[in-house]
Amino acid sequence: MNQEEKRKGKASRNKIWGILWRLVLPLSIVLAWEAVCRAGLVNSYAMPSPEAVVKTAVDSIRDGSLWGHILASFFRVHEGFMLAAAFGLVLGILMGLSKRAEHFFEVTVQILKPIPPIAWIPLAILWFGIGEQSKLFIIILGAFFPILLNTISGIHNLDPRYLELAEVYEVSRKRLITRIILPGAMPEVLTGIRVGLGNAWVCVVAAEMIAASQGIGYMLSNGRSMSRPDIVILGMLLIGIIGKVVDDLLKLVFSKLIEWT
Amino acid sequence: MERKDQQRAVFLQSVEKHFDAGPVLSGITLDVADGEFLSVVGVSGCGKTTLLRIIGGLERASSGQVLVYGEPVVRASRKTGFVFQDHRLLPWLTVEGNIKLALDHNTPDQDGIVRQNLELVKLQDFGDSYPRQLSGGMAQRVSIARALANRPRLLLLDEPFGALDAMTRIHMQQALREIWQKEKITMILITHDVEEAIYLGERVVVLSSRPGRIKQIVNIPQECHQTRTGKVFHEIRDQIYSIFFKGEDFAEKGD
Repeated sequence: MNQEEKRKGKASRNKIWGILWRLVLPLSIVLAWEAVCRAGLVNSYAMPSPEAVVKTAVDSIRDGSLWGHILASFFRVHEGFMLAAAFGLVLGILMGLSKRAEHFFEVTVQILKPIPPIAWIPLAILWFGIGEQSKLFIIILGAFFPILLNTISGIHNLDPRYLELAEVYEVSRKRLITRIILPGAMPEVLTGIRVGLGNAWVCVVAAEMIAASQGIGYMLSNGRSMSRPDIVILGMLLIGIIGKVVDDLLKLVFSKLIEWT
Repeated sequence: MERKDQQRAVFLQSVEKHFDAGPVLSGITLDVADGEFLSVVGVSGCGKTTLLRIIGGLERASSGQVLVYGEPVVRASRKTGFVFQDHRLLPWLTVEGNIKLALDHNTPDQDGIVRQNLELVKLQDFGDSYPRQLSGGMAQRVSIARALANRPRLLLLDEPFGALDAMTRIHMQQALREIWQKEKITMILITHDVEEAIYLGERVVVLSSRPGRIKQIVNIPQECHQTRTGKVFHEIRDQIYSIFFKGEDFAEKGD
C-alpha cells in the first residue's frame, strides 16, 4: 500500500514537472519581452509591453467587447466549418468509394486545392459583397480540402486484407461500407477534420481583416488603423490560444471515438 | 462432367496456376473425403497457399477442375470457412461484432451462434473485448470461431498457427483437433511445420516447389494423433522429410 502511494506520489510529481517544463519557454519569452520593454529598448508605440497587453485585455473584458469579437469569429467558424465538413465528407466518401466519381472530380480538385483561400477574397467580395456570405465562403474553402482529401485517402488506405475478408464472408456492399470501409477510414477522417478546423480559424481572421465590424480579425485591422499594437497583439494571442484549446479538445474527443487503435 | 458425389468434399483435377512470373501449381489432382483432415506441407513459395486460395474461391485456377461438394468453385462462399495466417479481426469491432460480420444479416439467433462458437474455442467470456485486448493465440481462436459460425462443411486453414509461439501452437493444435472430432467438418490445413501436419492430418500431401506438384501423399497412422513422441511418429516424420528433400536442391533454398 505504502509502496503504491509512493509510486502514485511520484507519478503526480512527474506530471506537475512535465507541465512546468512545457511552460518554461513561453514564460521566458514573456519575461524577456517585458524586460526589453521596461529597459526602454523598443518604442512602446511599436511594441507594447505584456503588461499593457494584459491591461487592454482586462479593459475589453470589462466593457464586453472582447467576448463580442471572440463570439463573432467563433460563430463564423462554426457555420463555415460545419458546411465544409458536410461537403467534404459526402464528396470524400463518394470519391473514395467510386473510381468513376474520383476520376470525374480529380482534376478539378487538384487544380483548386493549391489556390490559397485568401486568394479567393477579391472574387468573394465581387460575388457576395462584404457581408457574412463572403467570409463564410472563404472559411468553407479553407476547411473543405483537408477534410475531403483525408477522407479519400482514409478510404483508399484501407488494408486490402479486410476486403478479402469481406469476400470470404460474403459481406454485403452496405455492410462493407458501414462496418469495414468507413470505420477503417475514421482515423484519417478525424485528422482531416482537425486540420480543416485549424484552417477555418486562419481563414476567419483573414476574411475579417478585409471587411468586418466585429471579430478577432477586425480587432487586428482596427488596432492597426488606430495605432494600437496592444490590441493587435491581444488579437493574435487570442487566435493562438483559442486554436490550441480547440485542437486539444478535438484530440480528446477523437481519441474516445477511435479507442480501438 | 457434372459429378454429384456427396462423399467427396473437394475434388481437384489437373489444376494448373500460372502467374506472370511463371507456373505456380502444376497437375494437381486430389480428392478429399467428407469429414477428412488433410494437411498440405511444402516450403515457402511452393504454391501451397495459392492451392488453398483456389479451393476457397479467392483465386481462379488457370486450368483444371475445382469442385467443392460437387459444385464448381466460382467465388468465395460462407459455406467454406477460411482461416488466414493473420487473425484478420477488424480492430474497431468487438469479438462479438467480428463474428456477427461473418453471418448473413438475416440469420436468426445471432447471439446464440456467437455464444456457441466462442464456447467451442473456450472464449465465452470475451465477446465484448476488442482484438487489441487479446493475445495472438486468443485472436486466432476468435478467427476460428468466426470461420465456424456459418456451419461450413469445409474449413480451410492457411498456416493458422505460423505466427504463434511454440507452446501456444501446441495448445491450438489440440483445440483444433478437438473441434474437428466434435464438429466433423472437412479440414484442409496448409503448414510448413511437418509435425503439425502429421499430428493433425489423416493424410499429408507433400508439395514440391516451383511449380508446386504433389510429390507424395502419406497416410498417417491413427497413433500419430495421440502423441508426438512415439516411434511411429518419428518414422513418419523422417519419411516426409526424405520425400521433401528428394531431388530438391535444398542447400540453395534457405527458408
